[in-house]
Amino acid sequence: MSNNTSRSTRHFVAPLEETPLVAIDAVKVDEKPSNLWIDAWRDARRRPIFWISGVLILLIIAVALLPSLFSPINPLTEECVLSNSNGDPTAGHLLGFTKQGCDVYARIIYGTSTSISVGLIVILLTTVLGVAFGAFGGFFGGWVDATLSRLGDIFFSIPYILAAVVIMSVLSQYRSIWTISLAIGLFAWPSTARVLRAEILRVKQADYITASEALGVSRMKILFQHVLPNSIAPVIAITTISLAGAIVAEATLSFLGVGLGGSIMSWGNDINQAQRDIRVHPQTLIWPSLALSITVFSFILLGEVVRDALDPKARALR
Amino acid sequence: MTGYIFRRVLQAIPVFFGTTFLIYFMVFAMPGDPIIALFGDKTPSAAVIEQLRQQYHLDQPFIVQYLIYIGGIFRGDFGISFSGEPVTQILARTFPVTIRLAVLALLFQSIAGIVVGLYSGLRKGKLFDSSALVVSLILISLPIFVIAYVAQYVFGVQLGWARTTVGPGAPLQDLVMPALVLASVSFAQIVRLTRSSVIETSGLDFVRTAYSKGLSRRRIVPVHILRNSLIPVVTFLATDFGVLLVGATVTEGIFNVPGVGNTLYQAIIRGEGPTVVSFVTVMVLLYLIVNLVVDLLYGLLDPRIRLVK
Repeated sequence: MSNNTSRSTRHFVAPLEETPLVAIDAVKVDEKPSNLWIDAWRDARRRPIFWISGVLILLIIAVALLPSLFSPINPLTEECVLSNSNGDPTAGHLLGFTKQGCDVYARIIYGTSTSISVGLIVILLTTVLGVAFGAFGGFFGGWVDATLSRLGDIFFSIPYILAAVVIMSVLSQYRSIWTISLAIGLFAWPSTARVLRAEILRVKQADYITASEALGVSRMKILFQHVLPNSIAPVIAITTISLAGAIVAEATLSFLGVGLGGSIMSWGNDINQAQRDIRVHPQTLIWPSLALSITVFSFILLGEVVRDALDPKARALR
Repeated sequence: MTGYIFRRVLQAIPVFFGTTFLIYFMVFAMPGDPIIALFGDKTPSAAVIEQLRQQYHLDQPFIVQYLIYIGGIFRGDFGISFSGEPVTQILARTFPVTIRLAVLALLFQSIAGIVVGLYSGLRKGKLFDSSALVVSLILISLPIFVIAYVAQYVFGVQLGWARTTVGPGAPLQDLVMPALVLASVSFAQIVRLTRSSVIETSGLDFVRTAYSKGLSRRRIVPVHILRNSLIPVVTFLATDFGVLLVGATVTEGIFNVPGVGNTLYQAIIRGEGPTVVSFVTVMVLLYLIVNLVVDLLYGLLDPRIRLVK
């Protein structure tokens, strides 16, 4: 028996007047049905850290795309003056000078695009490889899964920084944003594959998948139209965090001296150059480290919000 | 249990061959001369090139080179470092220091992480909890070399509380600062893991029953809540031990700790490609072995693990 109490809600149990349980069974009928993405957006936009990290990331992307707007000095064309070596800040050179007499601030601004590019190329690579291995393995099971999972285990067993050190040592003559991204991404994808595989194993048990199978929909169509879109949420959360990880990895490799060549503007390179003078001139070390940390922090914060928003279980823990 | 050990060891075999093959392939199957490539812009002398060619059997086909190399590993021969010392000898000298550092770091991070995580979880949403969350997010965001340099500068140079680098013989008091730096990375993760586990356990029926029986909080928190929340934390700590054993390259390098990671760090800095490759291989094997031992111990502790396929 149903009883209309208002225009927008309909009750399926007892009339409202007769029960103290006000509107416990109220179902909104004239509203667009909610889904995971709408819920996630509703959840995220209420959290201040979403807006803080969002604004920071937009700012960082703006700096990466248009560095000349933020720094009047272009370190790619402007000569460094050796007499300014390790110089203190002056007017027009807010953060002082490096050992080679270059402007610290300008180098930081122009180094932003390096970090962001490496981060984006790496997540593109880890997503493509991770989704290919995780989706086919999880969905088809059997020997396909066994083969793909064992291959993933092998790549997973080599800590990706160590693997990247080896690759970059071999590719010492070809150091560029592309090779370093390849070196990091080639060994960072198994975690994406594992997360996706676990989620697919769960999703593929759902009734709507059985229904599609019963209707005779082809296996590939089921995978790409039903299973994958419903299992991609945790991949998006982990990808935001791997972007931060990739930026750290590039900086670490450049810091170790096996990353990008000296001609490429990179925060890791600057930190590597500054470390020898830490006792007498810590400023040149601190500013690029700060830029790196703030960038990583912004992506970690965003990853945090995205993960919580896409995982109803995580919301309860807040 | 025997079946579990057998299965787990059997699983490790393809991974062992896979990882060593992958590293070897990346280095020696690349187009061009691998020896020249490994030295980058430096050109080694003809004698060095000739010696390395013989050491790595570069006149043989690739697969033969790999098999000779694997045979060496089984005989405990990991090659010779650039300074002429056998890699196994360097390992025997440096590994005890790395173990000491890893144990110290593990101790710091587990005590601090579990205490802060427990307190956060019990006071979910309060000021302490939110500040612990912010601090842990900041710590996760700081690359380890930044933390290491800040610690070295503030505590070593400015305040003079600790030596900036570790002295000969690596005495325990010198290892405290590098261990704290290493611990800071996983501290944040342990806090968050403990926190969510404590929140989850606190909501379970047996905790409610304990409260309704009139047990005191002082008994419920350690006995009922903490003990049952620690399972995921212990798993994390165990795998993290493997990471600490091989992942201390940067920290050991910055603080000059005479451990395994530092040997790799020095080889990278000096551009000694072949030594880098031997040490990476050794570290990957160590990592595999530690993970295998952890898994076996874990199966011993938690019978449910053994039953999973």
